[in-house]
Amino acid sequence: MQITRRGFLALSGALGSGVALSSLGLNLRPVKAYAEEINKMQRVMAARQVTSVCCYCSVGCGVICSVDKNTGKIFNIEGDPEHPINEGSLCAKGAGLFDLTEANKYRLRKVLYRAPMSDRWEEKSWDWALERIARLVKDTRDKGFVSRNAKGELVNRCESIGHLGSSNVDNEECWLMSVACRSMGLVYIDHQARV
Amino acid sequence: MTNHYIDLKNSDVILIMGSNAAEHHPIAFKWILRAKDRGATIIHVDPRYTRTSARCDFHVPLRSGTDIAFLGGMINYILNNRKIFREYVLHYTNASFIVSKAFHFKDGLFSGYDPKTRKYSKNTWVFDKDSRGVPERDMTLTNPRCVYQLLKKHYSRYTLDQVSSITGVTKDDLLKVYEAYSATGVRDKAGTNCYALGWTHHTTGSQIIRTMSIIQLLLGNMGICGGGVNALRGEPNVQGSTDHCILYGNLPGYLKMPVASQDTLAKYLEKNTPKSSDPQSANYYQNYPKFTVSFLKALFGDKATAQNGFGYSWLPKLDDGQATSLMHLFDDMYKGKIKGLFAVGTDPAVSSPNTVKVRKALENLEWLVGENIFDNETYSFWKGPGVDPAKVKTEVFLLPASASMEKEGGQSNSGRWVQWKYKAAEAPDDAIPVGEITIKIMDSVRALYAKEGGKNPVPILNLKWDYKDSNGRFDVLKVAKQINGHFLKDTVIEDKAKGTKTVYKKGQLVPTFGMLMDDGSTSGGNWIMAGSFEANGANKMAKRGKEDPTGLGLYPNWSFAWPVNRRIIYNRASCDLNGKPFNPKRKLLEWTGNAWVGDVPDGPWPPQADKQKGKYPFIMKADGLGALFGPGMAEGPFPEHYEPLEGPLSRNPLSGQLINPAVKIFNSDLDKVANADEKFPYVCTTYSCTEHWCSGALTRWQAWLLEAMPELYVEIGEPLAKEKGIRNGERVKVSSVRGAVECVAMVTKRFRPFLVEGKTVHQVGLPFNYGWLHPKDGGDSTNFLTPTVGDANTFCPEYKAFMVNVTKL
Repeated sequence: MQITRRGFLALSGALGSGVALSSLGLNLRPVKAYAEEINKMQRVMAARQVTSVCCYCSVGCGVICSVDKNTGKIFNIEGDPEHPINEGSLCAKGAGLFDLTEANKYRLRKVLYRAPMSDRWEEKSWDWALERIARLVKDTRDKGFVSRNAKGELVNRCESIGHLGSSNVDNEECWLMSVACRSMGLVYIDHQARV
Repeated sequence: MTNHYIDLKNSDVILIMGSNAAEHHPIAFKWILRAKDRGATIIHVDPRYTRTSARCDFHVPLRSGTDIAFLGGMINYILNNRKIFREYVLHYTNASFIVSKAFHFKDGLFSGYDPKTRKYSKNTWVFDKDSRGVPERDMTLTNPRCVYQLLKKHYSRYTLDQVSSITGVTKDDLLKVYEAYSATGVRDKAGTNCYALGWTHHTTGSQIIRTMSIIQLLLGNMGICGGGVNALRGEPNVQGSTDHCILYGNLPGYLKMPVASQDTLAKYLEKNTPKSSDPQSANYYQNYPKFTVSFLKALFGDKATAQNGFGYSWLPKLDDGQATSLMHLFDDMYKGKIKGLFAVGTDPAVSSPNTVKVRKALENLEWLVGENIFDNETYSFWKGPGVDPAKVKTEVFLLPASASMEKEGGQSNSGRWVQWKYKAAEAPDDAIPVGEITIKIMDSVRALYAKEGGKNPVPILNLKWDYKDSNGRFDVLKVAKQINGHFLKDTVIEDKAKGTKTVYKKGQLVPTFGMLMDDGSTSGGNWIMAGSFEANGANKMAKRGKEDPTGLGLYPNWSFAWPVNRRIIYNRASCDLNGKPFNPKRKLLEWTGNAWVGDVPDGPWPPQADKQKGKYPFIMKADGLGALFGPGMAEGPFPEHYEPLEGPLSRNPLSGQLINPAVKIFNSDLDKVANADEKFPYVCTTYSCTEHWCSGALTRWQAWLLEAMPELYVEIGEPLAKEKGIRNGERVKVSSVRGAVECVAMVTKRFRPFLVEGKTVHQVGLPFNYGWLHPKDGGDSTNFLTPTVGDANTFCPEYKAFMVNVTKL
């Protein structure tokens, strides 16, 4: 545990009585936790600070990501006090945003593939997956393509492929998906706006 | 939202109905509490007592699915007690319009209904017009065929006794809400409404919102500070994803999806461009061709020419009247028609209605492509409960995506603020942004079509698709600028009012949608986003200015709000006919004699009193006025109470139509319905909690949040628990005719029984945040219980009112 002189003074000032009691055999954990917070505060002050927006409900609270300049990793995310809507505060989910970064052990890191009838995932390369996906898209589209409807009207649509999502990606990504779907003639297009 | 989050602080009465803002939008609720601190009255109308109720002046419980009855009773109260803001109603709404004599309403049905198709012909839902083609009006509002009188007649049936009997709300409670809210029908008071999924998730959802819109127009609460109809939306960019229309029925910017009968661009534009003969109506949608052609230019670039109709014929067309929503998708997947599915940042195996059907449907897929930051129940459906992987043929790809803070881009909040996010760190290992995944997949598909040909390859090959930087990575700014739109040739824009001429060079960004053209000389990927950049390329979405010149919390220099940085839409309606603010204490806008000062006005024209140049305030309506009579809706121009698809009553106390006559009935073998069935006697609703988000597909993987809210539970009122012998914390089974879930019983005072049509009706509720994949013992999807049925206009599923039984395990 590193404590600077200034941090130590703050610590002993705030928790002086707690420190004194701990010498009598009482629990030191709250004191250590507080000291760790001070340590983190110093790391935050030394970090590269990047503004972002919370990714849960649609209030659009501002957050600041603190990035370690040496490792390039995010180590803290907190509310942006300059943001006019949230003024630095966040709800329980927003306050836990750090757990969505790569610090979360469940994050997907590799392309996964599940073969027909298989009972498990296997890792694949992007190139392999893209080639296979494109082949499936093209074969399915070409096989099920509807050029004209029952009335003989030109409809140029693909009714055998659906596309769902997403309202939790950025605008530019939404637009790309929206136009890519249209170019392929997809009509079963929907996302969370409806559910 | 017509307004925005901070503006909630400006309200005098806030009706929170169909929302649990304190728990689901805690930071929005902070602004509601600021209003309360100022002396505002805060009302919560909801089946369940929640933390929102706890902070409100009063909570009024109502039976799920009876909101139109409740609000219809408020319209009746407002009209009978002369609470309307008459000046506003007379001049800014269609109250005075004369409706065709052919229009009628009898026993729950409007004129034009066809029971075979369950659809209305709307050709009698029209106004009488004068020789110029302008709607006839009666400014005394006494003509029995005027909208005001028809409205009054329609809602005269919604008496206190009738509404109380349907909703289960006592007459005292009804009056308490009606009196408090209708007190805002004066110049210097503002009332607003906050709703969320509690309104949209009904077979009558759109009409619930319309009923509130009617109330807001009657009280003069639209277009003003502290007013409006405000949806607290539930996903971080659901505003943006809706604006860009990843939806079957619209193209980006809410342009209509073309249908088969519109086989040429000319026919499509003719059908979708509204006309008005009234010189005082701005009828802003007369610019529809400019928005459409500019979109086609953004889509197909140089390949879109005047000669080929800008590529219109390459677009897919739905059959007239065809719908292909999420529920249609799973219905057709269940029937074997859908072979492949992209599921991006979504978990429909938990979030879609009727889980048994959805999960069976997934087994029919040949392939599934998932893109996400965590695995979920959809991507792993092949190893789900009761599924034998050896029998599932589906090839599944799960592509690792960057999390929100690992990429740069724009995100739109409910108040239409488009805010810019910066990339804070690289995504782990092979994860990349969804935008880059989309580019890579389309690159591969395009390469195959270029090499092999195939069915209708033209739109795929002609798609403008150059959104990579010099390193071959997703260039988010290139896409953002394409959405904003460009001048495609040197253009001189003349502003006659200002007497200026501005030259824009080919390749410059279009600074406002007013400069989009229908001749192919501009592109614009989404017209409502035009102006998100300055012509010189400066990104307005990234602005962080804290100036607040009006003192009303508009923050015009923080981010960019569509349209054209307008913070409160319909804002010209905050002023009288001469452009003077109704409420000088909250001066949103004022006409100074030659210009509007304040918020960005809803158009530059002088106020309505100027008969030569003045325009009506509701510029997106063809008639220019707020629609008390709304002929665009699927089930009628006036909202009417119908029971949910599944409810406790076998007859509708108001008419012979039990359920919404215009909803689509899905009828596969797994679409069972049990209305007023003693085997499923309790009304059930679903909701979220603060610690989880939607299906829980992101939050269930986070230890802190999971510890706070670890597993599925059902809230049961004390009287029902006593009747069933269920104690707090015991395990129970909740079942509908479609499926069942097991969970913990939470016996609570928060649900109390309702007295409905003289009988006691119990209601229970469950959160919808859980699924089998993680945590292992947290319970499965609440949507095993819900039916495949949706709103007649939007197909939003009816998650908020259906029938269940609860039994002890």
